[in-house]
Order: sequence, then C-alpha cells, then structure tokens
Amino acid sequence: MLNLNIDGKDVSVAKGTTVLEAAQKLGIDVPTLCHDARLKPFGACRLCIVEIAGMPKPVTSCTTPATEGMVVKTNSERLYRLRKTTVELLLSDHPNDCMVCSSSGDCTLQELAYLYGIRENRFVGEVRDHSRIDHNPFIIRDQNKCVMCGLCVRVCDEVQGVGAIGYSERGFEAKVITPFGHDLDCEFCGQCVSVCPTGALTGSLWSGKPRSEGVVKTDTTCTYCGCGCNITLRTHGDKVIRVESASDNHNRGWLCVKGRFGYEFINSNERLTTPLIRKEKGAPFEKATWEEALDYVAGKFTSLQQQHGSDSVAGLCSARCTNEENYLFQKLFRAGLGTNNVDHCARY
Amino acid sequence: MAGLAAKFGSGAMTNSVAEIADNDAIFVIGSNTTENHPIIALRMKEAVAKGAKLIVADPRKIPLVKFATLWLRHRPGTDSVLLNSMMNVILAEGLEDKDFINERTEGYEAFVESLAPFTPEYGEEMTGVPAGDIIKAARIYAEAGSAGIYYAMGITQHVMGTNNVMAVGNLAMLTGNLGKPACGVNPLRGQNNVQGACDMGGLPNVYPGYQKVDVPAIQEKFEKAWGTSLSAKIGLPATMMTEAMLDGSLKGMYIFGENPALSDPNTTHSVKAFSSLEFLVVQDIFMTETAQLADVVLPGASFAEKNGTFTCSERRVQRVRKAINPPGQAKSDLVIIDQLYKRIVGDGDLTHTVDPSSVFDEVAGLWPGIAGINYSRLQETSLQWPCPTADHPGTEYLFKDGFNREGGKALFSPIPFVSSKELPDKEFPYVLTTGRQLFHYHTGTMTRRSTGLNRVSPEAFVEINPADADVLGVADGEKLTVSSRRGTINLKARVSKIVPQNVVFIPFHYREAAANLLTSDAMDPICKIMEAKVCAVKIEKP
Repeated sequence: MLNLNIDGKDVSVAKGTTVLEAAQKLGIDVPTLCHDARLKPFGACRLCIVEIAGMPKPVTSCTTPATEGMVVKTNSERLYRLRKTTVELLLSDHPNDCMVCSSSGDCTLQELAYLYGIRENRFVGEVRDHSRIDHNPFIIRDQNKCVMCGLCVRVCDEVQGVGAIGYSERGFEAKVITPFGHDLDCEFCGQCVSVCPTGALTGSLWSGKPRSEGVVKTDTTCTYCGCGCNITLRTHGDKVIRVESASDNHNRGWLCVKGRFGYEFINSNERLTTPLIRKEKGAPFEKATWEEALDYVAGKFTSLQQQHGSDSVAGLCSARCTNEENYLFQKLFRAGLGTNNVDHCARY
Repeated sequence: MAGLAAKFGSGAMTNSVAEIADNDAIFVIGSNTTENHPIIALRMKEAVAKGAKLIVADPRKIPLVKFATLWLRHRPGTDSVLLNSMMNVILAEGLEDKDFINERTEGYEAFVESLAPFTPEYGEEMTGVPAGDIIKAARIYAEAGSAGIYYAMGITQHVMGTNNVMAVGNLAMLTGNLGKPACGVNPLRGQNNVQGACDMGGLPNVYPGYQKVDVPAIQEKFEKAWGTSLSAKIGLPATMMTEAMLDGSLKGMYIFGENPALSDPNTTHSVKAFSSLEFLVVQDIFMTETAQLADVVLPGASFAEKNGTFTCSERRVQRVRKAINPPGQAKSDLVIIDQLYKRIVGDGDLTHTVDPSSVFDEVAGLWPGIAGINYSRLQETSLQWPCPTADHPGTEYLFKDGFNREGGKALFSPIPFVSSKELPDKEFPYVLTTGRQLFHYHTGTMTRRSTGLNRVSPEAFVEINPADADVLGVADGEKLTVSSRRGTINLKARVSKIVPQNVVFIPFHYREAAANLLTSDAMDPICKIMEAKVCAVKIEKP
C-alpha cells in the first residue's frame, strides 16, 4: 500500500491507483469531463488537474499514479482559475443552445459552466460548423457540441470492441468520424451515447421528448435476453421515453441495441387492450369484459377437466414473464386442474 | 438442462458473468454470444484484452471469431465428436486433473474407454476441423489455470442435444474446471426469465425448485402447502403436446407470453395442432400468430407495467418494477392468473388483488434455494441463488463443496456419436441452421415494432456461401426459394463467407419467411428438445 496526503487528509491506496482515484476514495470531488472509471485514463480535458508538492506545474490527476509520500492539493485559487479558463475555452466553441438541447440537465459541460458561473466568454471567435447529418436510425450526432473528450471513441474500442468511430483532423478541425465519413453503421449499442458528457450524441428516440418536467425514473430489469441487465426507465405519464443504465450495476451500465433502443413496442398502438372471445370456431373475435372472459375461461377448463380428465388440459408458461406469474401459473395447473401438463419454450 | 442435471444435480449456469473477465481460457461452443448475449460477450472481450485465450467452435464465422485465438469450424451436428476428440487428446497428453477426477467424480473408467475411438484424426474426418486444431484447442483449454465453457442453443437444439451438453460437462470435469471461480459449465439463457420459469416449476416433471413430482414425500409437501391432492404423473413436455393435440387427447390449452406458432420447429405441424384444440386461451401483449388461433385472448402487461422478479442466466434474482399503467383494459398477468386460479378452485376473495411480494414469499417457503430472498432484500440488491438464509449473501459459483447428487460427486457419462436426424442428400443438398440476429429478438413481436431496429434489419435473408451462390448463379440480394420436406419460403440471398459451403443460415424472426416452416421437429429422446439447428433443404431460383 502507498500512503499519500490529499488536501490535508491521509489515505492509503494500492499500487497502480491514480491520484484521482485516491482523491475519490477520500470523497473529494475533482471535476472531470473525459474520465470514466470503466475506461483507461486518457487525460484530454485537463479539468482534473491537481498540484503535487515538488512538481513545478499542475498535473492531470487521472493519469498520474499515486506514489509514496505524495502531498496533493486538489483545490487552490490557481487551480480554480485554470479550470475555469479550460471550461471557458470549451464554451467558446460550443453552441449556446441549452434551451433546446435534449441533453440539457444531463450535460457535464452545462453543469461545469453553471458551477464556474460562466455567463460571458472572453474567447469569442470563430466556431466550428459541422453541418453533416448522419442518417443512422438511432443516434443523433451533433459534432458542433463535441468537446473531443474521446469517451465515445474509447468505449467503442475498449468495451464494445467495434471501433466504429475514430478521430480525424487536428486542432480546431479535429472531429470524431466514421470511416470515410459515412453514416454510422455499427452494432448501435449506444454505449457512446451513454458516456457522452454533452449533447453531441443523443438517442433519436428521446430527442424532443420531455427532459425533466414530469419525468419519472424507475429501476427495473431488461426484458430481452438472459443477461439480466439493470435498466432505468424514464417515463412521462404512461409513455416510456428513454432507457438508460447506471454504471454501478452488474452490467456496468452497458446495454445492447435492443435493451437501449428497442422499447417502442411498449407504447405500440397494436397492443391488446381488451379481452377477446371467439364464441365458436371460425367466428370473429368479440370484445368482452374481464368478468365474462375470466368466467368463460374458468368454466371451459373446469368442464374439460370434468368431462375428459385432468390430463386433457395443458399450459405453456413463459420465459418472458415474472417468477411470480410462472409460479402461480404452474400452481393453477397442478393444484387447480390436477395435472402436471405445464412446460415452456426453454425446450425449443 | 436435463444433461447437466444428470451430471451435477443442477442445470443452471455454474459460474457468474463477472467472473468471465478472469478466465484464462474461454471455450464458446454453439453460442453466437455477441449477437444473442451482447453484454455477456463484453466480458469475453474484456478477458481477451487481459490476455485470456478464446476458442470459438461454430460452423458460422460469428462476430466473436474476430477475438478468438482459435476458431474451430466444425460441421453442424458434430459437436460431441469435437468435444470427445479434444478429451481424447487431453488423456493422451496426460493433461487431465487427476485429483479432481479421484475426489469429486464417478464413472471415470467406463468414460475413458468410450473415448478411445475419438482420436483427433477421427475427429477431423467427422467434424471437418483439422486434427492439429483439435489438439491445439485441447491444450489451450486443459492447460489454462481456469477455463470456462459457454454454450447455448447451438449445441442443444439437436436430436443429440442432451449428449452434447453431457460432453461439455465431461470436458469440464476431466480438467477440474468446476467448483471454483472463473470456470465451469455455463449455459447462456436465451430469454430474460428462462432460468426463472424453470426455477418456478414451469416444467412437467418438477415443482418449484426442481423438486420431482413423482417423489411421494415431495408430493405430500406440496399437497399440504396447496391444500389439495396432486398428480404424481409426470406431465407432457411442450414438444409432445403437439402430438397429444393432434390425437385428441389434449383438448384445452392456456398459453401465456409465448408464440409457439412461429417459434416451434415445423410450424405447419404445430399450427395444425393448435387449431385442432377444443379450447385455446392465449394471454399476450400483442395479437401474435398463436393468439390468432385462440378462442379467448387475454391482454396482459409488458414488463414496464408490472411488479415482480426475473432470474437471469447467472441465477440472479432481480426486481422488475412497474413504471407505467398497462394500456386500455390490459391487466397485470399475475392478476389475471390469480383471478382464474380463484375461479377454478372456487375459493379465495375475487376482490382482493394479489401481491407479488407475498407470492414470492410463498415460493421461498417451498424451495430452500431461495428461502433467504425476499422483496425487502431485493430492494437493496439482486441476489444469486442458492441463498438459503436471510443473512446469506447469495452464491457466485456452484459446487464449491460438492455436487447436488447423492454422494456429492459428478458423473462422467460416455457419449457415443449420434448423427443428426436429417442429413443432406441429392434432393435436399444443403444443411439449414437457424438462429437470431443482433437487431431482432425471437419472433419479432417486440423488435419488429421498433422503427429503428426494423430499419436496420427490415427483412428475412438466407446466408449462403459465395461458392454455393456461384453454382446457383445468384447474386447478393436476389430472391431465392428455400424448401425442406416440410415447407417452402421465399427470401433474399445474402452472399457471405460467414457460412461455410453447403450450409445456409436463416434467422427465425420473420413471419413472412418463417424459418421454422422448414425446420425439423425431430426430438432429443431425453429432454425432448427439437432439432432446430440442422435440417436438409434445397435452394432454387424462383
């Protein structure tokens, strides 16, 4: 273990820990824009700078390994001034349209501007104008809002192993692009959208949907495959408007295209909304009340059981539905109808 | 599941997903993990980045091959031969874990004898994988400190599916890759709650918690709990229900949250069966192909509209929470089933709404494996069963101290070669294999209603090797007619080296070109799974 002192507090950390991680262990909040604990350190945004005794200049804490006896300051007038200037420089080339940006309220840059009280900008000048529209079906890419933190490029490479995007050009012209600047054509997992600290990447499904007023978040479990990813549903009234996942759960916040973007079926207007009964074979379905439908079904099963024996009926329960529902379903057949004729499609 | 249950006494994933990143070797067979379990695949990629060796055995060049140290392209239906010949190499080179075999297994001698014919050369002849690669794979797997096997429907949906699973189990036992972290035998569950539906007794031979219906003491326990007499007769497995419907012995069915009219192999046959029922009730959220055949359709709720729990592949029990109300008159499925239950038994207060938390408590009282789990614990965190007591932290990996069989030992089983039921011949010269794509899910009931997903993957296709396409004179995107002995569908050709020569692949999501009209309903004799992964087809230009 290594012992160091940060802002007057002692802390012991394992070898290989960065100064940023050591500070976070002490509960010290160091601002970052390009950092994600799930990815390798990058050191692009320069916001996590700290002063280390014996070093002439501030260094980025996310890329500096802790060493024995290190004395670190995460806050000083100088650091505050430098960080504020960094944010000002980022904002000098950022569209000032938080009012209509779908990431407003979920934007690290916006939060930093707020924290540093940046109203006017000393560095007003030329701004980038990337007007190209990407025609992919899931992700809106607004390059003008990109701060070149590299999170999207890195998550696509390090986590997803796809490498659908990369950097091109230098300096003011620098941008994140797809091969040859074509429309994005990838696995559409949306990991990039989930890590983007600004409005440069947003889901087209939630663009234009309510951002905070009346929005409710519910933690639940994804309904697709057996990975069991934890998701959070953002809803507005009875509409699901967005799916996201917290980074501290067992799937580490990563989702696939179906889990993240495949939720429209929930509010589909093709959903069944009323019980339907076909009175005789070949006749059309007729709408029924729950009382009618439930009495009819219970009566039919009971009479089949009485006439032809318990094993003349069977049930298929569902690998899509909850444990409680499946339990009660097999109990209905076993205890209610006296048969073990109950199975589901795991066998297929 | 039957395969692993016979060997270990439990058919679930032995280890946890997070442990994959710590594997030294990963052996993926019959699982297109990147497309079917994308988030589990991330852990595999992470392990590879950390230096783990990845062996992928699949007839198709699946996306995971890009990350593999070694890719074994075996012929469809030869999984157990491939596994047996790897084990033959392990024994020949003395790479087996003798201590593990002596202390924790039984049936070893007969098993060793059975491996004798499976030399790597015989393996090459049968599977098409070069003997040198079989030897390499055996060494990578057996020499790794901890090696995990991951498989899915690619090895189970065969007439010898149970055999394949048992061969996988043999391989892990032979090398002692069980009962410790980052190894094991791991069936990846294809749907959100396959594990849970099995756990809850959604199987014809067991009550909740895999307690056998034909054991008198267990029957008595459930009779007491449910206050009624119960049947000791094992019920019909789903695949046998089709015949029972057709011969008239099965007259009424209740299908809940499934779409077998599109997902069953040989669907023409099963649609005929469902139509011949006297009474069919379907409970779903959409008017599925199966619901269209029903006498009564009950509108259920989607996962976003109800409270409950799902149990994912790694035995992790997690909360599902209601975020919105179901549309129109649609109701929570639990409420619907409870209302029917009360009406059928003629007991219980119809005005009382069933509470999922107390249903869970009822199961926890009947199955010691989850006795320590309840909704207040699940509010804080998810828990992996077995979790027998309220202070138990849950179980990350199984069989640390013993296997769940009498005597606590795992059983080696000799696995002879069994051929697929329907092999290609002059009339039907191609092997058809089926599966899923990343952008769709199962019968497409949900994903094909997503505008984005449908834009990326709008239509059915048949993957065909360029050499076969040349012979047929078809170009990419041209229409083809694919027929088997059971049906014919029309769909576009996707000329691709993903499939080997003489093998074609069709995803089964598309109702307008349903792959399962072609597939065979030949069955595994033990677990009664159908052979959706191999059948013979012919391909013509329309």
